[in-house]
Amino acid sequence: MSGNDHPSLSDVELRVRSLESLLVEKGLVDPAVLDVLIDTYETKVGPRNGARVVARAWTDPEYRERLLVDAGAAIASLGYRGRQGEDMRVLENTERIHNMVVCTLCSCYPWPVLGLPPVWYKSAPYRARAVRDPRGVLADFGVELPVETEVRVWDSTSELRYLVLPRRPPGTEGMCEEALASLVTRDSMIGAGLARAPEPGSPA
Amino acid sequence: MNGGHDLGGMHGFGPVAAEPDEPVFHHEWERRAFAITLACGLLGRWNLDMARHARERIPPPRYLGASYYEIWFEALLTLLVEQGLLSADELETGRSAEASAGELRVPGPDAVRAILERGGSTRADEAPARFLVGERVRVRNRHPLGHTRAPRYVRGRAGTIEGRHGTYVFPDAHAHGGGPRPQPLYSVRFDGIELWGKDGDPGSAVYVDLWEGYLEPAPEQR
Repeated sequence: MSGNDHPSLSDVELRVRSLESLLVEKGLVDPAVLDVLIDTYETKVGPRNGARVVARAWTDPEYRERLLVDAGAAIASLGYRGRQGEDMRVLENTERIHNMVVCTLCSCYPWPVLGLPPVWYKSAPYRARAVRDPRGVLADFGVELPVETEVRVWDSTSELRYLVLPRRPPGTEGMCEEALASLVTRDSMIGAGLARAPEPGSPA
Repeated sequence: MNGGHDLGGMHGFGPVAAEPDEPVFHHEWERRAFAITLACGLLGRWNLDMARHARERIPPPRYLGASYYEIWFEALLTLLVEQGLLSADELETGRSAEASAGELRVPGPDAVRAILERGGSTRADEAPARFLVGERVRVRNRHPLGHTRAPRYVRGRAGTIEGRHGTYVFPDAHAHGGGPRPQPLYSVRFDGIELWGKDGDPGSAVYVDLWEGYLEPAPEQR
């Protein structure tokens, strides 16, 4: 222990705290705004939004069609829109084609439907390898695709944001939209994973 | 610029390690760094392309050794000083030299909620496009010192125009005070073998969003 008041505070913690105080003192930042930003992206916006979009597309062919043609409008019709999702495109996974999304240059990610990206999505291993060895990356996630399945990797270099529409798992016939949404993982909407299979005996 | 951020194709980082049940933020300082970065961005003194460029200017050894929110924080300090919102002296002492935000409009919570909901598309009025869907193109082999969104691994490589996205603000100009200067934006498909030769995966392709200025007609097929 170093004997100061905050022995556990790392350098970056102290620097961030000190900058925040300075910005508030100068009137450049309103503390109530910081609360809004944190609350929005920590509790309100997240992958449950995207899961609802996917489950709707699985159960409503007309909605799926709209989603693939005009993703932004179809997503907004469920109430999800805004920053980092202004211009959306949805990529449908099929037996023949598996889509996977990366941002090799930074960390572009569709916030309104998936929230903030996980650390691995922003990390060097994923950004470096997704474009060169996508099947190897999928293996890191425990996913092995048939060799005949083409893997398409989408590098988010522009302001377009991509959402993957994963394949509907077998054995989910007759399940309601809400139960289906619970099978849609965040990783399956990035294309780094597949939607979960239903638990045996789970309610429809 | 060929900075530490342009990672596509690099070796040596090891496997992708996903954390089960990962929290949105791992530390309180990350929460604060995220929020002050967004809040300062809402002051309107810089755009997202400028913010990205501030991040990619972090020297590669530091960029690669930093966590993502450390990168955001370093870039925020750069932008605040460059845009004259804070002086180097204030950063050093942590004390404000002038108390007021001056003529800056600092949005309050309701305004911010509306801004988040509305977002800010960088799509512009449609401009005539030079390339057609299905046309073969090559990415110009350029290495600008400034901001660009043409990753190194596609430069000099040939691909096919797979789709047109419309016309969007051109980041290479927008990051440097050059205004929006919108250009047509294309989705270009590159086969795995074209990008990585025999070390590529013939059953994979990479789709990259590229502005018209990054592209030229592909040379004739042999």
